[in-house]
Amino acid sequence: MDFGFSQEQELLRATARKFFENECASTFVRERMAEPAGVTDDFWTKLAEQGWLGLVYPEQYGGAGLGFVDLTVLMEEMGRAVMPGPFFSTTILGGLAILEAGSAAQKEEWLTKIAAGEAKATLAWTEPSARWDAGGVTTTARSADGGFVLSGTKLFVPDAHLADVLVVVARTTETARREDGVSLFLVRKDTPGLEVKLLPTMDQTRKLCEVTLRDARVGADAVLGARDGGWAPLARVIQRATVALCAEMCGGAQRVLEMTTEYAKIRVAFGKPIGSYQGVKHRAADMLVDVENAKSLTYYAAWAVDENATEAPLAASMAKAYASDAFRRVAGAGIQLHGGIGFTWEHDLHLYFKRAKSSEFTFGDATYHRERVAQLINL
Amino acid sequence: MDFTLTPEQEAFREEVRAWLKTNIPRDWEARAMGSADVPRPEAYDAMRVWQRKLYDAGFIGLTWPKEYGGRSLTFLEEMVLHEEMALAKAPPILNILGVGMAGPTIVAYGTEEQKKRYPAKILSCEEIWCQGYSEPNAGSDLASLQTRAVKDGEYWVINGQKVWTSLAHIADFMMLLARTDPEAPRHKGITYFLLDMKLPGVTVKPLKQLTGDSEFNEVFFDNVRVHESQVLGGVNNGWTVGLTTLMYERLALGFGLQVRLRIALDSLIELARKMDKHGRSVVKDPLMRQKIAQLWIDTECLKYMGARAITKLLKGEMPGPEASAGKMGWVETHQKIQELAMEIEGPYSQILRGSDWAVDGGLWQYTFLRSRANSIEGGTTEIQKNIIGERVLGLPK
Repeated sequence: MDFGFSQEQELLRATARKFFENECASTFVRERMAEPAGVTDDFWTKLAEQGWLGLVYPEQYGGAGLGFVDLTVLMEEMGRAVMPGPFFSTTILGGLAILEAGSAAQKEEWLTKIAAGEAKATLAWTEPSARWDAGGVTTTARSADGGFVLSGTKLFVPDAHLADVLVVVARTTETARREDGVSLFLVRKDTPGLEVKLLPTMDQTRKLCEVTLRDARVGADAVLGARDGGWAPLARVIQRATVALCAEMCGGAQRVLEMTTEYAKIRVAFGKPIGSYQGVKHRAADMLVDVENAKSLTYYAAWAVDENATEAPLAASMAKAYASDAFRRVAGAGIQLHGGIGFTWEHDLHLYFKRAKSSEFTFGDATYHRERVAQLINL
Repeated sequence: MDFTLTPEQEAFREEVRAWLKTNIPRDWEARAMGSADVPRPEAYDAMRVWQRKLYDAGFIGLTWPKEYGGRSLTFLEEMVLHEEMALAKAPPILNILGVGMAGPTIVAYGTEEQKKRYPAKILSCEEIWCQGYSEPNAGSDLASLQTRAVKDGEYWVINGQKVWTSLAHIADFMMLLARTDPEAPRHKGITYFLLDMKLPGVTVKPLKQLTGDSEFNEVFFDNVRVHESQVLGGVNNGWTVGLTTLMYERLALGFGLQVRLRIALDSLIELARKMDKHGRSVVKDPLMRQKIAQLWIDTECLKYMGARAITKLLKGEMPGPEASAGKMGWVETHQKIQELAMEIEGPYSQILRGSDWAVDGGLWQYTFLRSRANSIEGGTTEIQKNIIGERVLGLPK
């Protein structure tokens, strides 16, 4: 047993940290926040050059063939830098769906391009009902002329305005069991009837869209995986994405802890650094406990997911339940311990505070995942 | 990152599992709840027998050197053992302070003579140990302790008082910290003694706790003459030696504590299954499900935190934030489990054993009350937060 990172993983961490310090400083993040794109071509190309856009894809599709734990390390560093842009939507949501369910030809076409930085993707799953279960999928895909016609509205779709291809989750058959009858479709951005609207978001580092499908017509070859069998691969993708998100949250929370500790050492009040007062010191200790606990659960979940262990769904829900609460608490405490300066636009804390809030409600909040834990332990 | 075990370690797990299956006393659960982290008087005899059984089978002190009664195994086997004991709902051991603290410290700092004399008898439960650290005016601020030891020929003469001393009333030996150089700076003039509790001048007075039990004591020293061979780790070096003990307390004892937590949680879930609240089963209540699930997460988290600490140990590093955060996490989770048990019982929480209406024979009432001490004993939560703030985060004093 070894609950630690390998030398290669530590090296990846060091490389990533240096890269983001140079390429993704706060000024860069803020410029991207103000623009619809959320990323620059130059930055995206550099991510591709590092081999990070295809980190977990097989080498035959231009990937680096690394494991999920390696991705966890990278996500932590991206979270540390509150990295904006469509990395998550492209490589994890859209890309993993194609990897999980796609045919050889579909993988060949899209994963190779994604890894090379030549295409962006996303997953159009959730709808205005904001449900995370199969019952939330009401967008329909009916057979017509040897292909399918898609109709419905998708909401909270990350980076759809940038995506060259959307993996759309739609209902192909009405069934009593809602997990049945769901299919995945590859919908190209220029498909007639597809409309994407960028939404104003609290966390400006994350761009969310409304995606409307009005009789959008796709060919039979657009089906990703088995017809009516889309829910199982989707669930696996979401499980992985959830753990990756937890890692990103750990990285962000760790950074807030460091910023706060550094500030508490130098900020003087009543003649002493505020970190010497127990009111501050104890809250900082609570932040550390939150961060370390979130990491412990996330690292375990990353391993379980990587190994396809039977406890992977439980591990993922435990990690997300904890990380959702922990990042929110840590980011809030960070602002509080900074005092007024922490409430300014100029200070970076609000980037983390808002990221914590957007991450909290992505793939289900703590309450949702605690109930899942309850079900998985047969309560 | 790899959570799989080697074939040898899996074989060890099977060995432990098979042994526990046939050797756990059947009437154990009825006698005392497994979640009590410090032995309860009524269970002393049963726990002594149980520890002896573990010793004879070689399932205690796994990481201690063979020549001193252990098995020279790694913390990994120790972890496997504790996991299996949790799954099997094994009783706790009686000599918990000896095994968790005194033994490892003696192995680390003792003379060859001391190492041959004490550790094996700690494991076999032939000699019970208690910890003489806290005093009426030295609790969290331990370095201000005032118990004096004055040299007189080959002997040290001890005078003073200790307090909150768990198990002193049945202990054979005490890990005693006493001031040997009052002129030296506070941390420098302290010496660690291995004190025979039967020496003339040692008086133990039990303190009645809010549970109604007497597990803590006051211990008085009136010209107690201790031979100089009973000094551990050198004269005036007691602070360093004593901190080692505390580190082991948080580490080695930590495994056992996580196990007790899991046993308590499993018992809580059983309680929730059989109790109704407002006309429906507790486990059907969405709020109760949330609370139980959170406790499950917190309990599992401590296991992974422990696994991270073990990984560092196996690589020859000292555990960092994992170890200091562990004690706090344990305390908080255990107290929440106990509070939730009371909430689930509702008005029944008031009924003590002796009544047929008492739930689970009134066992939760004791463990609930006892859990209040968790955030005080072994370093208060406030002191733990100071330690994390200052030593881990580097905040100024």
